[in-house]
Amino acid sequence: MKRFAGWIGAMVLGVAATAAAQNGPVPIVGLVELSGPGAVSGTNFNDGVRMAVEEINAKGGILGRKIDYTYNDTQSNPGVAKALAQKAVDQNAYVVMGPVFSGSIFVSMDVTRKAEITNFTGGEAANITQQGNPYIFRTSFTQANAMPRVARYMKNALKLKSVDIIWVNNDFGKGGHDEFLKAIKADGIKLGADVSTDQGQVDFSGAVLKVKQSGSDGVFVYVNEEESARALRELAKQGYNKPRIGETTLTGQKVIELAGSAADGAIAHVGLSPDAPIPAVRAFAERFQKEFKYKPDHNGIKGYTAMYIVKAMTEKIGKFDTKALAAALHGAKILVKDHPGVLMDVSFDKNGDIDRESFMTKVENGKQVVFETLPPLHPF
Amino acid sequence: MNAKTGKLALVVGIAAFAILPLFLKGYGVYLCALFCVYLMATLGLNLTVGYAGQMSLGQAAFFGIGAYHAAILLKLGWPFFLVLPIAAVACFLVGLLLGFPALRVQHHYLAFATLGFNILVFLIMRNEATITGGPLGISGIPRPSLFGISLDADLRYFWFTLFFTVVLAAILWWLLRSPWGRAFAALRDNPIRAESLGINITAYTLFAFAIGAACAGVAGVFYASLLQFIEPSSFQFSYSLMMLLAVIVGGSGRFFGPVLGTVIIVLLPEWLRFMQNWYLAVFGFAIVALMIFLPGGLLSLPERLGWKGASK
Amino acid sequence: MVDLIQLIVSGTATGAIYALAALGFTLLWQASGTINFAQGEFVMLPAFTMLICTTRGVPLWLAFLVACVVSAILLGIGFKRIVVDPLIRHGVIPLVIATLGLSIGLKQLVKASYAAEAQPFPSVFPAGQFPLFGTHVSYSDVGTLLIAGLIVISLQLFLKRTVTGRAMQACAQNMDAAKVLGINVKTMVLYVFIINAVLAAVASLLISPTYLAKFDMGDSIGQKAFFAAIIGGFNQTSGALLGGVLIGVLENLIGFYVSPAYKEGVALVLFMVVILFRPEGLLGKAEERKV
Repeated sequence: MKRFAGWIGAMVLGVAATAAAQNGPVPIVGLVELSGPGAVSGTNFNDGVRMAVEEINAKGGILGRKIDYTYNDTQSNPGVAKALAQKAVDQNAYVVMGPVFSGSIFVSMDVTRKAEITNFTGGEAANITQQGNPYIFRTSFTQANAMPRVARYMKNALKLKSVDIIWVNNDFGKGGHDEFLKAIKADGIKLGADVSTDQGQVDFSGAVLKVKQSGSDGVFVYVNEEESARALRELAKQGYNKPRIGETTLTGQKVIELAGSAADGAIAHVGLSPDAPIPAVRAFAERFQKEFKYKPDHNGIKGYTAMYIVKAMTEKIGKFDTKALAAALHGAKILVKDHPGVLMDVSFDKNGDIDRESFMTKVENGKQVVFETLPPLHPF
Repeated sequence: MNAKTGKLALVVGIAAFAILPLFLKGYGVYLCALFCVYLMATLGLNLTVGYAGQMSLGQAAFFGIGAYHAAILLKLGWPFFLVLPIAAVACFLVGLLLGFPALRVQHHYLAFATLGFNILVFLIMRNEATITGGPLGISGIPRPSLFGISLDADLRYFWFTLFFTVVLAAILWWLLRSPWGRAFAALRDNPIRAESLGINITAYTLFAFAIGAACAGVAGVFYASLLQFIEPSSFQFSYSLMMLLAVIVGGSGRFFGPVLGTVIIVLLPEWLRFMQNWYLAVFGFAIVALMIFLPGGLLSLPERLGWKGASK
Repeated sequence: MVDLIQLIVSGTATGAIYALAALGFTLLWQASGTINFAQGEFVMLPAFTMLICTTRGVPLWLAFLVACVVSAILLGIGFKRIVVDPLIRHGVIPLVIATLGLSIGLKQLVKASYAAEAQPFPSVFPAGQFPLFGTHVSYSDVGTLLIAGLIVISLQLFLKRTVTGRAMQACAQNMDAAKVLGINVKTMVLYVFIINAVLAAVASLLISPTYLAKFDMGDSIGQKAFFAAIIGGFNQTSGALLGGVLIGVLENLIGFYVSPAYKEGVALVLFMVVILFRPEGLLGKAEERKV
């Protein structure tokens, strides 16, 4: 009876009741946004992981065992993400990858924590790693790390006394907005106009008008790709000639493509960029483009490097023990010379936050140019 | 199939569903509970769509209002069984307020009013951060306990939800069998005749809509406790659309239509996983085909095939 | 004052876009009682037809013609024959559901087969802007508004002055009477569907440079179009323009002077006010209630 019901369950719900074989493939499960508003980020992240898994398996896997990577679509919905996290636990996942959206990870990380499974996220909201969860690890900078770098650049290089902010009112934008306000306050920069916008907003005339009126020395634009392009266009249209600064998105390839010449001169701090002046990163971007027919964004790099971080640390602890993996990751340093797949030297602190180099970029003649490399917060 | 065997089959079916999660892992239990929650909302929506003949594109908004009531009040320590009726009444009243102007004019205007309402409710959830937590939502919503027994365990919470789903379904069943409910059938089958018989169409439709909204509110309360975390994007228009499609796909105006439809909507992403990112495209065109060939929904299939004993 | 003008000018340009989508929506409703929830996707699809052409080196004007023809066949004739004709006798709800399904299907088809990300789209108008009372007005804003206005006026003239147009009007007002008068109702209704599809293609050409070609670009356009149509008056072509522009301008003003966070709610509030106090719409004529 039990077996029969289990079989029905498997058929109906797609839950395969697999016993974890000691020498079979290692199950790693992705919870990714393949549909809904997070689709672009989630797809990038997922494809990054897939590419790394393919490479690792082609070279014999980790400690002689192949990786069995399965992924599920969270539909950008926290409820679904939580359910799928439960499913990943049911599948005895060694590591859980994702979700990328902060709203989803808030829910799903409780499940992986209870099951004591190491979980990498693409989320950038600061408070993910501030809840004392020993199983959650980031794959990119937090907003709490990135914003002070932006603020410092505004203060020291651009000599701004005051700045306006245009931000997108969703979980990503709200978190960034709050961290940015903290960062500029710490650096003594005054906040001018504080303009919230909607995801998918088309008309930025009102937002730009507010920024123009405020008379501040510059504007910080923290919105998603398309909206970045629209904001840059409207800023150009209304003849805004003060510094336009962003974080990660503003100088991305997609934004440049969409905004055209209006993007020229925009400045942004970028944690991970496929255009980073590092040969390994560029080579990765090319391979990725070849395989998936599109150019990866920072989320693609996050997924790819996360998988290689798993490989590096598993080899270090010498066994597939997800609890030991999490313990070993805290305070770990992984260098490119030992593990080329991580692309850039990284380290993790006691909260699971990541640290590495980052870049100041600028758009010149329709291209993202890196003009300064910022050292890690805690140099190796 | 006569009425007696029908009842028996129903009881057996519910009992089988109640013990099913015993054989499932965490994910399966969760999906079963989620199914119950959505079912409460779609049963209510069926009243609006199937019996009163109105399009509502805002069921997720009422679902969300219920969920936010629950999240905020439960976190303040209010008892679950007080929060439940408060959320239901709140949704009922909001439904009346929204439905009145829309239904007064032309009947299909309710579709647009609810669509806009859904957007507005989303904006309020997102913007009024001091009350709703804004885009970051509310976490740490407690689950209730019953006679001193904690319902924190997923399996217990599932049974709790299932029990209330059955209760809600029974109430709706009784409502539709009452003289008041019978007027609906008359209204759906022949509105002009119904009006000439002295049935106030607008009042009936309005109440059907408001009761449907209240059901969504109840569902929302259970949802908030199930997830223990809510945020605005779970209550967007696309979820209203899915709930509406659940009712229609199953068979609107048939009591068990939403049951089948909700099973399909909840499990569809699992079933169609092999299609990867094509599944929603296939789903969309399948809806069009279903409307063309079987506008009464899947439950009308036996009738269409001329099977004996198929009843409404 | 300068702000006010700037806001009104950009709001009007956005509103003209809503109006174009609303126009076809109104026409379909008048001619066949079809509420088309895929109207936004009817605007989205030609954008991708044009993109497929232009990325293969076809000049934009030719791509536009191709898009018009493809739309007329698929979204005009095909939509009527395959979706509307078999469903219209089942009443409003199955048809509305079918268009909702169509909307999901078209969006996801484009997303899965073309791209999930927004694509840049070439503009028919020259880039740049000119100053007007101290504000910045771009050529594309003016161009969009002019074309939208031109289309509304010529559509009005067509419906009022030409034989075919009058026949269409007659069908819209009373099908049975039109039949008695010897008007070929079926052909007239088919014309309306084709006109709707072509109008959507024009809208697509005008708005895609600003909206950017994306699978879900039709969502907000479609929604605003409903409200624009009802606010302006469901049974008046000029109502669509008024409704569209009103929404566009008010969204901008409220977004600026009240709160940008509630900008998206403006259309609903306006809609509620209109149906409470003037249910037939601002320019609409009172209709007998259809049950």
